[in-house]
Amino acid sequence: MTTGQLRSWLEERVPVGDLTEALRHKTVPLHRHSAWYYFGGMTLFLFGIQVGTGALLLLYYRPSAAEAYESVRFIMTRVPFGWLVRSIHAWSANLMVATAFGHLFSVLFLHAYRRPREITWVSGLVLLMLTMAFGFTGYLLPWNQLSFFATRIGTDMAASLPLVGEFSVRLMRGGKEVTGATLTRLFGVHVAILPAAVTALIALHLFLVQRHGMSVPPSVEDESRRSGRPVASMPFWPHFVLHDLFGWTVALTLLAALSAYYPFELGLKADPFAPAPAGIRPEWYFLWIFQTLKYMPPSLFGLNGELVVIGVIGAAALVLLVFPFVLSERVRTFRIVSGMAVLALVYMTLMTIVGFVVSRPTP
Amino acid sequence: MASPGSNEILLGPARPPRRAVLDWLLGLWGAGVATSILYPVLRYLIPPELPEAATQSANAGLASTLAPDSARLVPFGLAPMIVVRTAAGEYRAFAGTCTHLACTVQYRADLQHIWCACHNGHYDLNGRNISGPPPRPLEEYDVNVRDDQIVVSRRV
Repeated sequence: MTTGQLRSWLEERVPVGDLTEALRHKTVPLHRHSAWYYFGGMTLFLFGIQVGTGALLLLYYRPSAAEAYESVRFIMTRVPFGWLVRSIHAWSANLMVATAFGHLFSVLFLHAYRRPREITWVSGLVLLMLTMAFGFTGYLLPWNQLSFFATRIGTDMAASLPLVGEFSVRLMRGGKEVTGATLTRLFGVHVAILPAAVTALIALHLFLVQRHGMSVPPSVEDESRRSGRPVASMPFWPHFVLHDLFGWTVALTLLAALSAYYPFELGLKADPFAPAPAGIRPEWYFLWIFQTLKYMPPSLFGLNGELVVIGVIGAAALVLLVFPFVLSERVRTFRIVSGMAVLALVYMTLMTIVGFVVSRPTP
Repeated sequence: MASPGSNEILLGPARPPRRAVLDWLLGLWGAGVATSILYPVLRYLIPPELPEAATQSANAGLASTLAPDSARLVPFGLAPMIVVRTAAGEYRAFAGTCTHLACTVQYRADLQHIWCACHNGHYDLNGRNISGPPPRPLEEYDVNVRDDQIVVSRRV
């Protein structure tokens, strides 16, 4: 059987010829902002790494308060390359949140959320929230001091919600306190519920990206209209794929270097009856919220201070979700969106830096 | 039939050699990345050896609480063992793992011998496989009763 015969034999049974044909003709717009497209692909690549290393960790990890810490220590010290697998999982999680935020802000600044891509935008925003939920649930799993108290603080924030506060805390903790029941619960969410939800949403997100093609920023569209020249493009296969592959290689190299030179720490085993250690702080991507909470007075305008913060963040998230649907296509509105994005970026960066400097553990 | 290569030589190379070198480098890079991922993963999958002292003896509880014509299952290291007190009052101990497909055996007072429920394997009170699929007898251990304690040890 020749390769041609084999191909037609396969094509008859797995008919994908029209799809690969379409991919062969697919092009990607090429302009001075093209580099920002790579954040999405890198985030997807890091998600793949998370699935792979997560599956490997499951082979040795034991999700119970009595054994979780010991099993992670076993992975770090006894299993060949266990330190590497866990460090890559932890570092890749951090990088993935960073690239997802990079993707969000590049979409905001390039105004790629515009019609007809509103659903792509919403699915991406929900994916970012689920990614942060991945980080939050995964943080507790080694059952060390830092993660134990961070989870206590994180879940306690929901207590200030009116009416459903106490119920939400119970729902997240699997009881009144952070115990082994919380560990089992967050473990289930981390390895079953979130992966299923994220995989389904990624499928939708990628489907929409393929159908609509990559967005061209309004400024580039304008220039092309004025000069009468079409926007330049490059073939998806192999040019863009090879570019993407380069981005993935950069991410992989960074990941390998971080894991090899800075293996992720394990810390001390959680003790529910020990005092919280000084310098406790959440993962860096929650730090700006954590720092904002620190500056909130106990009550503001007669409302609980925490509730005000949660309310503002909730309102901001809602605005982010719906604004592409109600936006008018004018240069002025694009400027307003960019300005708001800059403000948010500056505030988040500033609070994160302050959080790092202020909450540094005192020797 | 002429070899397909001869046409290419006459018509000149089908692909510029520079492209061939780049393809080769890309392949080499791919192989390097694949190896540096596969090797740690394969090593990771092999469970590390846990230093485990071979169990030489184990306590099997009080002799007075084991009635004649009955048995009890107790751990011998990580594996189960069965301690039988015969109808005549004699103590005997065997490895509790069936030699057929590693189920745990039990004592059948109605048959007065050891039985494996999984595939109906029978062993007599000397541990010999007398009926069913088990291919080998059960390993027999030495039993000593001191101060009402049943102490079982591996035969040397």
